[in-house]
Amino acid sequence: MSATVLFRRGRVIDPRNGVDGVRDVLVQDGKVAQVSDAPLAVPAGAEVVEADGKWVLPGFIDLHVHLREPGEEGKETVLTGCRAAVAGGFTAVVAMPNTKVVNDSGLVTELVLSRARAANLCHVYPAGAITKGLKGEELAETGELISSGCVAITDDGKPVMNAALMRRALQYATLFGVPVMVHEEDLTLSAGGAMHEGPTSTRLGLRGIPASAEVAMVARDLVLLEETKGRLHIAHVSCEGSVRLIREAKRRGLFVTAEVTPHHLILDDRAVGDYDTHAKMAPPLRADRDVEALREAIVDGTIDAIATDHAPHGVLDKQVEFEKGINGIVGLETALGLTMELVHAGRLDAKRAVELLSHGPAKAFGLPGGHLAPGAPADITVVDPSEEWTVDAHRFYSRSRNTPFHGRKQKGRVVQTWVSGRKVYADGQVKESR
Amino acid sequence: MRHLLGIEGWRRDELEAVLDRARAHLPGGPDATHTLRGKVVANLFFEDSTRTRTSFHMAARGLGAGVLNWSPSGSSTSKGETLLDTARNIEATGPVAIVMRHRSSGAPHLVAKHVRCAVINAGDGTHEHPSQALLDAFTLRQRWGGLDGRTVLIVGDILHSRVARSNLWCLKALGARVVVCGPPTLMPPGLEALGAEVTHNLDAALPQADAVMCLRLQLERMGEAFLPSTKEYSRLFGLTAAREERMKAGALVMHPGPINRGLELAPSVADGERSVILEQVSNGVAVRRAILEVCTS
Ligand SMILES: [Zn+2]
Repeated sequence: MSATVLFRRGRVIDPRNGVDGVRDVLVQDGKVAQVSDAPLAVPAGAEVVEADGKWVLPGFIDLHVHLREPGEEGKETVLTGCRAAVAGGFTAVVAMPNTKVVNDSGLVTELVLSRARAANLCHVYPAGAITKGLKGEELAETGELISSGCVAITDDGKPVMNAALMRRALQYATLFGVPVMVHEEDLTLSAGGAMHEGPTSTRLGLRGIPASAEVAMVARDLVLLEETKGRLHIAHVSCEGSVRLIREAKRRGLFVTAEVTPHHLILDDRAVGDYDTHAKMAPPLRADRDVEALREAIVDGTIDAIATDHAPHGVLDKQVEFEKGINGIVGLETALGLTMELVHAGRLDAKRAVELLSHGPAKAFGLPGGHLAPGAPADITVVDPSEEWTVDAHRFYSRSRNTPFHGRKQKGRVVQTWVSGRKVYADGQVKESR
Repeated sequence: MRHLLGIEGWRRDELEAVLDRARAHLPGGPDATHTLRGKVVANLFFEDSTRTRTSFHMAARGLGAGVLNWSPSGSSTSKGETLLDTARNIEATGPVAIVMRHRSSGAPHLVAKHVRCAVINAGDGTHEHPSQALLDAFTLRQRWGGLDGRTVLIVGDILHSRVARSNLWCLKALGARVVVCGPPTLMPPGLEALGAEVTHNLDAALPQADAVMCLRLQLERMGEAFLPSTKEYSRLFGLTAAREERMKAGALVMHPGPINRGLELAPSVADGERSVILEQVSNGVAVRRAILEVCTS
């Protein structure tokens, strides 16, 4: 287990430590031991990874993943979700609490953690619920959740509509220093909506969800944040108005972080096409102007992290009338390729892209990893930036196949994933250890 | 064989071909050709509509086809059967076409992706109602010869109207100018991008129109507070006798039915000289015969 590994002559991109260049990386005892400009001698018994032409990166961290266990194991389990994660280059994921038995107690947190230990692939950090049963009525026992291993609290999938309760959640969470992660949607504005409100929803005759459904809640929560001196993380930001408010709040020094999904960076509402439920998500795919604003926000630092909102669903959840289709797509195995589209298009430099996938999320949630200085956990993702491949949903490690990107050509692929110095994914195969 | 899922995307010459063909099916025209003799047309109505279903039924019978009528009451949908299950079961009975009405926008598109026979949209959610638009255009063509350069004013609840969307595309494709008018709460965004001119002032728009198409106000939506009251709607957007006075000489009045008399339309206007409402109904069968022929040939 405590193997010695030498990654030789790869392009090491480590934004936190200001590294971008060809380096050798030596890993010992599950930690980074040395990063060197000059070639290192191969220690006796070391495994050598020839990384010439490859990128050697801090392992990716996904702040927003639905693992569906407990309760909907037919869609995903902690194990299958971890397989999908490492196949996508993620060495750590934050598991959302909206399972069927909500993670609003230490018992559920411990169950998820024990499944993660059994899977033994990547780090799994549970997020606990803000409110009991995600009902938005009473606070869940935040202290118990945190002491059982939760790293954040969120009612993700639903907003906390009651402003007074949200205010108390922010206040109370300051006891523990954890972020309150929010799904921003004013349900009175989004009611009955199936997609973004705009010319496309008009054309298709679908009830629209206006951008104000998100922006109004972002505004509310930033006001509450300022009063409570809490810590707010805004999940899956989708529109220009939200970006503007977050940018301004950061400028004023509020403790707010934000994430965006790859699909909101790549697709706009026209992807709904002729009622393709694979383009149905919450928040909905927005207008091209919103996509543009999100792309600017990842470059200028307004957005801290790319997170997938990996949301596995079965075929029957999607092969229905558009209005009935369940929201969400799987994302772990397509995140890097989609991010690379922006890199190849010159919209995002490689260093910032890596930061959004590693150090950015680590910093937002105070998680270990996200960089490669000596002593850091040897969570490493090796990427071939020029490998061309085609997304094939049938070959996902995820138990679900709901993606609008099936058949999409990609350039840039995860070739190896290492967690705590152990190879968990290579040559297209997940390496189970038991 | 092709589907009729909506008017959007159809070219002018294709629409004109359907309308030309419909002329042959008018009463007194050349005798019915029974082009669908021995074939079956399935009527799949998830949402009730006596008018449209009857009209399609008569059209199919007039072409010599048998009609399979299916409606969800007491059937397997209540047992969790999905739309696709139902459609595949219907398809297994071997129809040449499925005529389908459904409360969800896009439902016929889903079915069309999974069956081999033609799918004809008889109204989907708040999306399209293509046969209605074709019969409206047919009626106008009968009166005017052609639609080029004409202005059609569509008044009312544009947001929830499948008739408005289908007519917008149909009328535009045939050369007309389309102005839509209604309260801002019942007007979806981006109509201009679809080719409509938008106004909220009926009195200003009325004198320009060669035809005024009043839409049915869906009273069941009043609970959602799109409007303060029906009285206020009628005052601002109803085609009253006083407003009729201000219409162009010879301008026509249309309504897809059923009418809320006195609300969208004063009874005297609905039954008056300008009204072509009954012609719309009687043209429906001829146009639907043409649609069935074109989609199954
Ligand atoms: Zn989520």
